Amino acid sequence: MAGKMVFSCTICRKSAGNDLRFMSSWWNHVEPAPKDPILGVTEAFLADTSPNKVNVGVGAYRDDKGKPVVLECVRQAERRISGNEKMEYLPMGGSVKMVEETLKLAYGENSDLIKDKRIAGVQALSGTGACRLFADFQKRFRPESQIYIPTPTWANHLNIWRDAQVPQRTFHYYHPESRGLDFAALMDDVKNAPNGSFFLLHACAHNPTGVDPSEEQWKEISYQFKAKNHFAFFDMAYQGFASGDPERDARAIRIFLEDGHMIGCAQSYAKNMGLYGQRVGCLSIVCEDEKQAVAVKSQLQQIARPMYSNPPVHGALLVSTILSDPDLKKLWLKEVKVMADRIIGMRTALRESLEKLGSPLSWEHITNQIGMFCYSGMSPEQVDRLTQEFHIYMTRNGRISMAGVTTGNVGYLANAIHEVSFVGGQKLYLAIKVTSLFSFL
Amino acid sequence: MASAMFSMASAKSFTSSVARANYQGKLCSANFDVSSINHTFKKKNVNTLYRAQNSGGVTMTVAVNVSRFEGVTMAPPDPILGVSEAFKADTNSMKLNLGVGAYRTEELQPYVLNVVKKAENLMLERGDNKEYLPIEGLAAFNRATAELLLGADNPVIKQERVATVQGLSGTGSLRLAAAFIQRYFPDAKVLISSPTWGNHKNIFNDARVPWSEYRYYDPKTVGLDFDGMISDIKAAPNGSFVLLHGCAHNPTGIDPTSEQWEIIADVIQEKNHIPFFDVAYQGFASGSLDEDASSVRLFVSRGMELFVAQSYSKNLGLYAERIGAVNVICSSSDAAARVKSQLKRLARPMYSNPPVHGARIVANVVGDPALFSEWKSEMEFMAGRIKSVRKRLFENLSQKDKSGKDWSFILKQIGMFSFTGLNKAQSDNMTNKWHVYMTKDGRISLAGLSLSKCEYLADAIIDSYHNVN
Repeated sequence: MAGKMVFSCTICRKSAGNDLRFMSSWWNHVEPAPKDPILGVTEAFLADTSPNKVNVGVGAYRDDKGKPVVLECVRQAERRISGNEKMEYLPMGGSVKMVEETLKLAYGENSDLIKDKRIAGVQALSGTGACRLFADFQKRFRPESQIYIPTPTWANHLNIWRDAQVPQRTFHYYHPESRGLDFAALMDDVKNAPNGSFFLLHACAHNPTGVDPSEEQWKEISYQFKAKNHFAFFDMAYQGFASGDPERDARAIRIFLEDGHMIGCAQSYAKNMGLYGQRVGCLSIVCEDEKQAVAVKSQLQQIARPMYSNPPVHGALLVSTILSDPDLKKLWLKEVKVMADRIIGMRTALRESLEKLGSPLSWEHITNQIGMFCYSGMSPEQVDRLTQEFHIYMTRNGRISMAGVTTGNVGYLANAIHEVSFVGGQKLYLAIKVTSLFSFL
Repeated sequence: MASAMFSMASAKSFTSSVARANYQGKLCSANFDVSSINHTFKKKNVNTLYRAQNSGGVTMTVAVNVSRFEGVTMAPPDPILGVSEAFKADTNSMKLNLGVGAYRTEELQPYVLNVVKKAENLMLERGDNKEYLPIEGLAAFNRATAELLLGADNPVIKQERVATVQGLSGTGSLRLAAAFIQRYFPDAKVLISSPTWGNHKNIFNDARVPWSEYRYYDPKTVGLDFDGMISDIKAAPNGSFVLLHGCAHNPTGIDPTSEQWEIIADVIQEKNHIPFFDVAYQGFASGSLDEDASSVRLFVSRGMELFVAQSYSKNLGLYAERIGAVNVICSSSDAAARVKSQLKRLARPMYSNPPVHGARIVANVVGDPALFSEWKSEMEFMAGRIKSVRKRLFENLSQKDKSGKDWSFILKQIGMFSFTGLNKAQSDNMTNKWHVYMTKDGRISLAGLSLSKCEYLADAIIDSYHNVN
C-alpha cells in the first residue's frame, strides 16, 4: 500500500510541476470541530459496551423497553402513501396541505388569522430549519436587530442565530436555587431591553430545563411585551408532548395572539409525531394582512431556495395524511397522550425512587418540570461521574431526557444520581438511612 | 406625528390589528403612565384598534403592535421553478412544459423508478424506525455515494481521504461547500461558467462567497468557447475555486471533450485553483454511471484536492426527497476527518441532520446487486429516451427549416437540457404564441418532450428563431 502511494505521488509530481503542492494540503488550517454537546452523547453511548448503560442524552422518545417508537398512525399513513407519491419537487414553500394543518395546531382550528390569510407559513426542515429560516429572515429584513435568548436554552439556538449573523443577548430564565423560573429577573430583562427587541421564547416544555411559566406569568410576559413592543418568536418543538394535550400546550402562544402580538413560530413534528429523521416542521410569521403575508412568504422562499431549493416530501406527506384524516388524527392524539403520560409517570417514579433512597436533597423539581427534559441540578463533574462510573449518558449541563427513563432503569438511575449527588458519601448516607429507619420505631 | 386619542372602552377581546407604521419601521413606543395616558406614535393612516387590559384593577388601553416587516416587498418569482407555476395556469391544450429539469415518460408523466418502488417496499416491510440520522447523514448512503462517484476501488476511498456528508440534494450540498469556503477561505472567490444553473449565484451570494464568471457558451457555434474558458481560468487569482459541471452542463448541455478536460485540469493545477464539481446528472448524461464520472475521476487521479456536490434528484428520480452529498477529496485521511467535522458544524445550525427517507432508498438500491443492476438499466432507458427525442427534434428541425441553419448542436449537446440559442424575446414568443414553457435563457428541458410533440416544437422553434428578434 505504501509503495502504491509513493508511486502515485511521483506521477502527480511529474504532471504538476509543483512539489510543495503535494506535501501540504489546502485544509491544514482546518481544525477538528468540537463534538456536538448533545449528539456527541449518543455517539459515546453507542460505543459503550456495558450492559447497564443508560442513554438519557438526546431528546428522542423511547418506550418503556427503551426502544425507539414509530407511531401506529405513522405506520398507517406510510402504507397509504406508499407507491402514490410521484416525488416531484414540492414548491419552495413546501406542502401547502401540511402547512395548513400545522398552522391550525398552533393558531387554533378556528383562528381568524388563518381565515384572514394573515400568516406567512412555509414548510421547514424541522424545528432547526424553521429557526434558521427565521434567523436569516430577521437578518435580512431587520438587520439592526438582535435576538434575546433565554439562559439556558437548547445549545443549537446559539449556533443558529450566530451562523445567521444576528447578534445575541441573553435574558434570565432558570433559577438554579429553586430549579424553577426566575420570573422577577426575566421580567426585569424584558423591561430593560430596548423597545422593539426580538425575543426567543419556548412555547412549552422548555429545553433543557423543563421549567415553563404559569398561565398567569405568560399573561404578564405578554402584557410587558406589548408595553415594550417586543417581537415574540416561539420555538414550539413539543406541542402535545408536554401535557399530553396539544391545545393546552399552545396556551402561551394563544395568550400572545389574544393580546394582538404578531408573532413568529417554529414548529416541529420530530417528537410529537416521532418523525425525527424526516425533518418536517413549519415556520410561520403573523402579518398585518394577506398582502404582507404573501410578500413575507415569498421572501422566506427566497431564503430557502439557495439553502435546499425545496423541502423533503416524505415527512410532509405523512403529516398531512394523518392530520387531514379524522380517524388518523384521533389516533395520533391518543398516541401523543400515551407518550406524554409515560414521561409524567417516569418523573414520578424517579422522584419517588430518590426519596425512597433517603436522599436529603429536594427532588420536587423532577415532577414540577414538564416535557421531555429534567434539569437535575447536577454539576458537570457529577455528570462525568455518572458516565464514567455508571455508564449513564446525558449532557453535561445536568439535563436528563426523561424519555430515556424506563421502569427497567429508573431504579438504577436513581441510585446512581443519589450516589453522585450526595455530599459526604457513604457514611452520611448510612447515617441517614439508619435515622429514617429509627423514625419508624 | 399624530397623537392618538384613546377610548377607555373595555373591549375584551382583540380582533385584528391594522395599524400602519411608517416604512422605516419606527415602532410604536407607548408610555404607560397610569396617571396620564399619554402616547406618542409615529404613523400615518391611523386605523388602530385598541384593546383594554385589566391589570391590578386599572383599566388601560393598549395600542396594538404594528408589523415590523412592513417594508418586506414581494420577491420575484424564481426563474426556473416559476415556469412550472405559469405552465400549470395555462389552459391551452397544446401547452408543453420544457421548464424544470424533471424527467417525464413518453406520455409526459412523472416517473417513479421501479427500483425505488422496490426499495420503498423493502423499507416498509422492514418497518425501519424514524430516528435522527447523525449530522453527517446515513453511513451506508455516504459510503455508497462516494463509491458511485469515484469507483469502489479508488485509492482515495481506501485511504480514507474522502470527507462525505449527506446533503439536501445538490442545492444543499453546494450550500454546505459554499459555507465551508466562506469560513475557511474568506478571501477566495468562485469562478462559475457563463451561463450556469441560476441557483448557483444565489447559493454563493447567500453564503457570502464572491464569484466571477468564466466564458463557456459560444453563441456563434452554440458550442463551447474553450479558449475563452481557459484564458479566464488562467486570469483568475491563484487559489480560486472553479465550479465545473461534471457532466451534462446545465443549462447548455455542452460538455468539454476528454482532451479538453485534461487541459482544464492542467490549467487548474498550474494556477493552484481548487476544482469544485457539481454532479447532478451522473448516469443521466451518457447512460453510464462510470462514464459520466470520468471528469471527476480524472482530476482525482491527478492527486488534486477537490469538492464534489452530488444529487440523486434526476438519476434516481428522488427529486422531492432531497438527497445528495458533498464530498471533499483531501490529501490525507487526517485532513478528511477534520474537514468532515467542520462540514457537520455548518450543517447543524442549518437543519441539524438530514432527512432519512431518500438516503435509505439510495443505500438500498446501491447496496443490493440486483437492484443496482436494474437501476443501471432504468437509467440507460431514461438517457436513451432523451437521446431519441434529440434525434427526432433534430430531424424535424432539419426537414422543416429551409434556411440551411445547422441544428446539429441538438445532437452534440448532452443530458436533459438543450440551449437552443433563442434569446429572451424569442423564448417569450415560444411561450406566448406557442404555449411552450421554457426558461428565458433559451434552455429547453428535453426530459419534458415526447417524440409525438417534436414536430410541434420544431415549428415553434423555427418560427421564433426566424420571425422574432
